Amino acid sequence: MNIDIQAEAITPRRHTFSHIARRFGVDKPASRYEEATYDVQPVVNFHYRPTYTPQFELYDPRRTRIVMNDWYVFRDPRQFYYASYNISRAAMQQSFDDAVNFVEKRDMIADVAPEWRDLFAAWLLPLRHVEWAANMNCQLIADWGYGTQITSAAAFCGADRLGIAQVISRIGLLLGQGTESALKEAKTQWLEADVWQPLRRLAEDQLVVHDWFELYVAQLIVLDGYIYPLATGAFDRAGAAHNGAAFSMMTSFLGDWYADNSRWTDAVIKAAAAESEANRIVLGEWFERWSARAEEAVRPLAAMVLGAEGDAAVDAIGARLRERMVGLNALEAREMAA
Amino acid sequence: MTKPVSITLQNTQDGFAIVEAILADNPEAKSNPFPAMTKIDCPGRLEIRAESVSERLGRDWDPQEIHLSVISLSGSVDEDDGVFAIFWR
Repeated sequence: MNIDIQAEAITPRRHTFSHIARRFGVDKPASRYEEATYDVQPVVNFHYRPTYTPQFELYDPRRTRIVMNDWYVFRDPRQFYYASYNISRAAMQQSFDDAVNFVEKRDMIADVAPEWRDLFAAWLLPLRHVEWAANMNCQLIADWGYGTQITSAAAFCGADRLGIAQVISRIGLLLGQGTESALKEAKTQWLEADVWQPLRRLAEDQLVVHDWFELYVAQLIVLDGYIYPLATGAFDRAGAAHNGAAFSMMTSFLGDWYADNSRWTDAVIKAAAAESEANRIVLGEWFERWSARAEEAVRPLAAMVLGAEGDAAVDAIGARLRERMVGLNALEAREMAA
Repeated sequence: MTKPVSITLQNTQDGFAIVEAILADNPEAKSNPFPAMTKIDCPGRLEIRAESVSERLGRDWDPQEIHLSVISLSGSVDEDDGVFAIFWR
């Protein structure tokens, strides 16, 4: 008996969903990222308005002052959907775990100068409360934002922030020799120490911002734009003089994460600013308002860690952040005061 | 006539991105869809640029990763950090 094996090529009648085909054409297989984000959120035929804000529909572009003709121009250059996000973050978690295991096995924390160990705990551990607030803010953006492209990325970012808060807590447990003492002390500092009150006040004020795009600028561009470069740059370098390599290893992924997240926030701000002059003006107004607050909030922190050089470090970071906004065409270049 | 080189890739997320990058970087390349795979023919020489694939995938793509997507290829291979090239000597 002969068995004749042949492949029957069946051409699929459609390569993707109609709403994706309308954007990218019918004959092209869409990527998972495109299928998971573009035009997923409903835009018409809403029935009941939310009881807590009856002036808005369930999904409503009027919840922000930013106006977009098409809300699907905020393409995430990292193309995060469930799988790609998890693969990327699992790798980050692994690199953190490796660093902590390395530090623990060699008992490297014991080699760090005690005065830097205390100072490190004092500036790093309360930041987990800031990260928790950042998570809340990202979830608000995911909740009230318009268009799946920006809301899904914001939800991923929110999960990142919870992860970072946990990672900081883990460092706190190490610093407390396996007990919660260092974390408890950090919370007391966060609630009571003068040095943290401006930042705590800022974090709490941000929790009640209702314009979700303003919150995006305030948290993800401005506040992160001060805290991350300080923590992974100037503060980290200050530790080198005190044999702080063990801590640098454990916090280095914060810098990697911030660089990764900035690819997304850059794309979002650039697209919003490119849409219209009106958007640019609003973005600029928000940037000025929140960067004045953030600068004032991190100054005491910088002074605590860097002493007399704190102000200069904060000024340099502020100037770089402004340059970044100018580079994204979201802000007019202006003469810097001498 | 120049002898054609070819590469056959799986129809996966990475595979689609590589195919797209090849077609963009090699104007003479032609793609032939098959069930679950795509065969690309190109006269003479075909280049897969890491930069183009990375851009489409949204992450850093290492040319060595191509082995996760390749089903078959014909031609000699030259590979470095930036380019995976297939050609006939």
